[in-house]
Amino acid sequence: MTLSWRYALSVWRRNASMYRRTWRWNILPNFFEPVLYLVSLGVGLGAYITTMGGTSYIQFLAPGLVCVAAMNGASFEVTYNIFVRMNIEKAYDAMLTTPIQPVDVVAGELLWSMTRSCVYGLCFALVVAAAGLAPLPQALWVVPVIPLTGLLFSAIGLAFTLRIGTIELYSFYFTLFLTPLFLFSSVFFPLEERLSASWLWVAECLPLLHPVRLARAAFFGPASPALLWDVAYILGVSTVLVAYSARLMRRKLTL
Amino acid sequence: MIVEVSGVTKRFGERVAVDGLTLNVPEGVCFGLLGPNGAGKTTTLRMVYGVTLPTSGHVRVFGMDVSRNVRAVRRRLGVTLQQNVLIETLSPRANLTIFGRYHLMDGAGLAQRVEELIDFMELRSHADVPVDKLSGGYQRRLAVALSLMNRPELLILDEPTTGLDPAVRLGLWARVRELRRAGATVLLTTHYMDEAQRLCDTVAIMSAGDVIAQGAPEELIGRYLARQAVEVEATPAQEYALLRGLGESPPRCRLGNRTMVYLDDPAVLLDRIRRLPGIGASVMAVRPTDLEDVFLTLTGTSLEDNR
Repeated sequence: MTLSWRYALSVWRRNASMYRRTWRWNILPNFFEPVLYLVSLGVGLGAYITTMGGTSYIQFLAPGLVCVAAMNGASFEVTYNIFVRMNIEKAYDAMLTTPIQPVDVVAGELLWSMTRSCVYGLCFALVVAAAGLAPLPQALWVVPVIPLTGLLFSAIGLAFTLRIGTIELYSFYFTLFLTPLFLFSSVFFPLEERLSASWLWVAECLPLLHPVRLARAAFFGPASPALLWDVAYILGVSTVLVAYSARLMRRKLTL
Repeated sequence: MIVEVSGVTKRFGERVAVDGLTLNVPEGVCFGLLGPNGAGKTTTLRMVYGVTLPTSGHVRVFGMDVSRNVRAVRRRLGVTLQQNVLIETLSPRANLTIFGRYHLMDGAGLAQRVEELIDFMELRSHADVPVDKLSGGYQRRLAVALSLMNRPELLILDEPTTGLDPAVRLGLWARVRELRRAGATVLLTTHYMDEAQRLCDTVAIMSAGDVIAQGAPEELIGRYLARQAVEVEATPAQEYALLRGLGESPPRCRLGNRTMVYLDDPAVLLDRIRRLPGIGASVMAVRPTDLEDVFLTLTGTSLEDNR
């Protein structure tokens, strides 16, 4: 069944109507997390570090944390929220009594989690800019990196959600997958500089590292053609996982 | 025909949920699917609106092959699921609005349709109360209202009145009759034989994935059982002693220590019970045979079989 964007948009609008009612409460914790890291590590730890990667430590942190905000925004949506909508509220069963198809559900949900990821990413980017940590206008290049980050982590999280049968498994996803990514994907230190040449490939496997590299290049340059590899990685992994999720969703909803 | 199910089998792994089923629902009727739990009723409905695909056989709705025209078919039908699927934190009005968008309705047209449905399903007084604060009757009416959003030509109701109080049930029946008068075709499942008898033009009794009897309720009663039912309190031994003298044994249906005996003329049996108090059987009720008797006779009364 081919995708219909109009039906996908109706799925997006359902989530948007729900979100309009609750954003005041749930935007705060997700949004403040990177702000707290920025203040604690940038101002606190940064006082003991003269430079990192050629800039002050707090400036080094800023672009990576924009990606972390986008990652968090997407991840909460495609994990707990989709799990509840799908398995507890059974919202998709109701949608499937209308012309909406499973592939529209997948597209609508991805659009929505990318929207949320953009809300978090852009809000945090504004904080960074207001604090004078973003060299404008060049740093505006980080704006397209935010939805890319959202797409990648929506695709990864959605595939995980469609594979698991119990909500408890998310503690593995957050503690053993997202937290290590957060700590090691060059947000806090340049990972590649700490790896010997024969281990550099490990860095390339980490999904968060690619958006972080793009964001940092947006802030401080250079605009090297090597960045195309990072874009290709994000789009390639997302495409594969979205196609996989669409198949899983169809099987789950239409027995 | 609005719905044509031809030679449909549905397997889930080893389990056969629907077994070579053929079923036709003509335009404008109210068609009831009856059957014990696990008989395949819900699976049949799911195949009609296309969320379950048959393992073999064909399902056509509005003359279209459902598996190839799912969107086109679903644009023209409405489904009330067995379990209400409502957004609990939102009001009926908000639920209806969101659901209308699933049908690509929007703006003034959607707002007008929402108000029409609020009136039609008598939700006006609670239209802005969060769903989780509403009684079961209001929630069920809202669920039915959702399925009417697109003015469906075919309305599918999966156990529409299970768990509702009598007043709400009567109200829902009235709405279903009204929709039928307006030309809609209704396909429903129910466990309530009185509901089927009073609401449906045709009923099909399913067992183990296939239809075992079909017809108008009155016609089915006449086809399978005598006109009167005598409910007798009697052990199997007492029942044997009682019926031994009656010549050919009439059809019976046992529920624990109670047995229902179906006769056109119950006088002979009643007379025998009165004249032979030594047997120890007593009459609980004499009443006209109804659809429930046919159902129990055809599908069995043992709880073990009802899986």
